[in-house]
Parts: sequence; structure tokens; C-alpha cells
Amino acid sequence: MDIKKETIASLHEKLVNKDITAEQLAAQTLDNIKANEKQLNTFITVNDKAIEDAKKVDAEGINGPLAGIPIGIKDNIVTNGIKTTAASKILYNFMPVYSATVMEKLAAAGAIDAGKTNLDEFAMGSSTETSFYGTSVNPWDFSRVPGGSSGGSAAAVAAGEVVAALGTDTGGSIRQPAAFNGIFGIKPTYGRVSRWGVIAFASSLDQVGVMSKRVEDSATVLSVIAGHDAHDSTSSEKEVPDYRANLSKDMHGVKIAVPKEFWHEGTHPDVLDNVNKALDAYKKMGATVEEVSLPTLKHAVEVYYVLASSEASSNLQRYDGVRYGYRAKDVKNIKDLFVNSRSEGFGDEVKRRIMLGTFALSAGAYDAYFKKAAEVRTIFINEMNDVLKDYDLIMGPSTTTPAFKIGEKVDDPLAMYMNDILTIPANLAGLPAASVPAGLADGLPVGLQIIGKPFAEQSVFNAAYALQEENKFYEQIPTALKGED
Amino acid sequence: MISKDEILHVAALANLKIDANEVDSFVSQLDKIVGMESKLASVDTTGVEPTYNMGDTNSVFREDKGIHTQTREQMLENVPEVEDNLIKVPTIVDKEDDE
Repeated sequence: MDIKKETIASLHEKLVNKDITAEQLAAQTLDNIKANEKQLNTFITVNDKAIEDAKKVDAEGINGPLAGIPIGIKDNIVTNGIKTTAASKILYNFMPVYSATVMEKLAAAGAIDAGKTNLDEFAMGSSTETSFYGTSVNPWDFSRVPGGSSGGSAAAVAAGEVVAALGTDTGGSIRQPAAFNGIFGIKPTYGRVSRWGVIAFASSLDQVGVMSKRVEDSATVLSVIAGHDAHDSTSSEKEVPDYRANLSKDMHGVKIAVPKEFWHEGTHPDVLDNVNKALDAYKKMGATVEEVSLPTLKHAVEVYYVLASSEASSNLQRYDGVRYGYRAKDVKNIKDLFVNSRSEGFGDEVKRRIMLGTFALSAGAYDAYFKKAAEVRTIFINEMNDVLKDYDLIMGPSTTTPAFKIGEKVDDPLAMYMNDILTIPANLAGLPAASVPAGLADGLPVGLQIIGKPFAEQSVFNAAYALQEENKFYEQIPTALKGED
Repeated sequence: MISKDEILHVAALANLKIDANEVDSFVSQLDKIVGMESKLASVDTTGVEPTYNMGDTNSVFREDKGIHTQTREQMLENVPEVEDNLIKVPTIVDKEDDE
């Protein structure tokens, strides 16, 4: 069986019909991952207990769509008894004693944790190049990045190591790698999924989401992981729909807004070409597509880097070498222990963000940076919500370019940050947003971004599903893997 | 412009030490990023309330009742140095500071 060609539904059918046991599926998944690891580096830790877990599922029976299905888990989601590092040296030996709520929910549904996928250190980055465990590579072209920060999850799905993976998205960390790897990825509405047990980066922006080749597979997983959690007071009490059962590709009468600022000068013409073709397809399906304006978009990157860095500098204060993680040796006193553990344990990008945030929150800079950014955020949220009063969806490119070369931007943080301009808006406004494959530009995947109204994940899934059924992009095998089949 | 002294001050506030040979590259990178962020000054935000938090819930109440979470042994599992079930750390007050 070639997992690359399977879906959650097709694997479920095989498990129910006993064509394969959960144990066999888990064993094959781990073998595949281990065989690919040298080339792709998608996982930081493979879950060697997966086969044991799968045996239990076989004993209990295949109850529900995720029972026995191996799923990749981004390594900033804590997993009881499975090392969780956030791709940082400072957590190189961290063994959680509890699991994130999303993991409890997956386990209750019988899903199998295949292992912990690579990411940029503490999810700060757009390429996985800031990972302490080395960069992952793009299965479409091994010389290119898989994007980030959920690059390991995206590449693992694109390479067919797992049918679905969890990611987190603070400024585009699910959608950008989904676009770069030719897969689907959704960041739900802020509050849709519990953040309990998710290693905090920027708490007003972070959200857990799903990545898969097929839209319907992410729909299945999101219905399982979403919902209110007493451990996360920002999680919503709104009922969770069965996104999969409600999938519809009917686009008649759907009103799509296209912000003209998304067509900015830095965007690659081949990206725009693919996005325009997708928009034409929606028109043919009966949707209306109209241009709108988001004048404050030009300040989105500024707002994001002030707020995300400020929240990060506060959230990352907890790493001090005292209670867990890396502890510096040969220190004279407690202050040295803090400073040396942090300085030796954090990588350069994390240090930059902590310093940016500490600066923005410091006396003298607070009003001009932190407070100002929070005010501009309000203006921007209002602009987005005004558009969504008149339209069902906002669409545009997910990224300004296809996957870039490994090493190309790693020494220029500002260029790396500007990459995020198209994905940041949904995080600032807390809106659900997805990337769905639109086509290829010079052999590299391009993603269409779909942003919905708060808690309208179903509309986002439906629009993505309509395009998927039109272009059937999931049939494509990543170029760099073709020779291996 | 953000100066070298400011960067070193910010690093100290964040309990970070920057190697001498890396200071210049941190200064030039952070200067560029802060320069980008400074463009926010051009937006008129008179009368606009800041957005610091997200989510549709404001206050959450629960019964004031203790719940069982982890055991002491579990809580100490990840501690780098433990002695007599306590977290061991180096000197908190330097002797020189006392004199």
C-alpha cells in the first residue's frame, strides 16, 4: 500500500474491512518515515510507541473516522512521555508529563501520534531553517525550504509519510508551508481550538490547525480537535460542526472579495497567474468576485512583528534553566544560570525576537511601539470585518513567491519577515484562513488563500473543496520524489 | 537609529548575553527591523482603542475547588538538579554582594 495515494477515508475503509490492521499501518508509517528521514528531515522525534498504541486500537475496534490513523504532530504541541522540543536546544531533553488538549482529543478518537515534526525554533520563522535540529527540505525540490514554521508537518504530508498533520499558525505558519508543499492547510478562527499544552509564542495570535493533501481530511481532523476547553479561557463554547459531513462544492451566489493590496508589486507574476486562474474557476462555478481595498494592509507586517515579538518576549521568560530544559554549566550564581542557560539555549532568531519584544515593551518605547501597534491592529481588524460584512470570503495568494532556496534569506531577517505579509492579516483579525493548491509555477506549488468570517470554517472548507475537485492537485506527486517510485 | 548601547541594555533586560563578535550584526539587523516598525507612527490612531487580547469570552468563572493534576515526582522529572525532592540552584545571593 502506498500511503501517498491514501486518504483518511480510504485508510478507514481498509481498517474497517480488515485489509490492514492499525498495527500494520503504524509499522508501515514508521518504516516510511525512517526511510525518508535522511533526505527530508521532517521529524524531530519518531514515536516508537506508535505500534503499541495501534495494537490497543485494534483491540478496541475501529470506532470513528480517525481510529488507527497515524498523524504527524508539530513539535511545539506537548505530548505526554514523548520528547517535545519546539525545535530548540533549550528544550532538547524536555519530556512532558501531560498532553495538550488536542492530543487528548486525538487519542480519544483513536488517532495514532506518528511522531513530532520539525519547525522553526519556537515556531519563529518561515523556512524551518532556525530549527536546532536542522532544516527540513521541500519534497518538490530538495534545494528549497518547505516553508515554516510548520515545515516538517507540511513536507511530511506532501511526501506521503502521513495523511494529515497538526500545525500551529501565528502569522502564516500553517498556510505558507501548505502553499510551498502543494497541500491544504487551515488555521481556524482564534478560539476554535484549545491552546492548552501548545508551547506559547504569541498568545493573541497562536492557533492550532490541520494540514493534509485533501480538504476533506483536514475537515475530519478539525471536527475532532476543535471545541471548548476549561483549560483555555479563550476557547469558544460555540458548537463544533461536522465539517466533513457538511462539505459542499456549490459556489453559487458566494461573494468573494479580492483585496487589491494583495496584488502588491513584490508578488511573483506566476503566483498571481495561478491565483487569477483559480478566481476565474470560482466565477465559472457561480461565485461573484469583486475587488476591495484594505488600505492598512501595508502596516500589517509592522503591527505583527511588534505584537508577536512582545508577546514572545513575555512568554519565553519561563525558560531559565531552573525547572526543565537546558541548564548552563559552571555558573557562579542564579543570575548567571538564567543568562547563560538562555544565551546558550536559544538560537539567534529567537534572541532577535525576544530583544525586539523587550524593546517594544520597555519604558520609553511602549507607547510608540507596543500600544501603537495594538491600536493599528484595531483599525486593521475593523477593515477586515467591514469587508466581511458585504462578502462571504476574502481571497488572494497565500505567499508572494513559491518556495525559496535554502540559505537564500536566512541572513536577512527583514526579507524573511516581509514574506508573511499575505498571511498575517487573518491572525491579526483572528479569522479562519486556509491555503489550497492552485497550480504550479515553474514546477513549484502555488497556494490560493481563503479567509472566512469568524467561525465560518465551513465556508472556507467548502470553497477549498470546490477548487480541489476542479484541479485535483492532490493527484500530483512532488517532483523530487518522482524518481523514487 | 537604535544604538549598540540600547541593544546591550535590551539584552540585559531580557537576561540574554550577546557575544562580542555578534553584537554588530544584531545591532544592524535589529536597527533595520525597528526602522520598519517605526512606520507605524504615520498611522493616525487618535481615539482608537488598542487590541491586546483576542477571543469572544471576557471573564470565565469556575468553582473554587482544587483539582488533581501532576504529582510531586512528575513535577520534578524534568528538573536538571534535584536534592531531597527540592529543585537545586546555585547561590542566589552572592557573598561579595553581602560585604
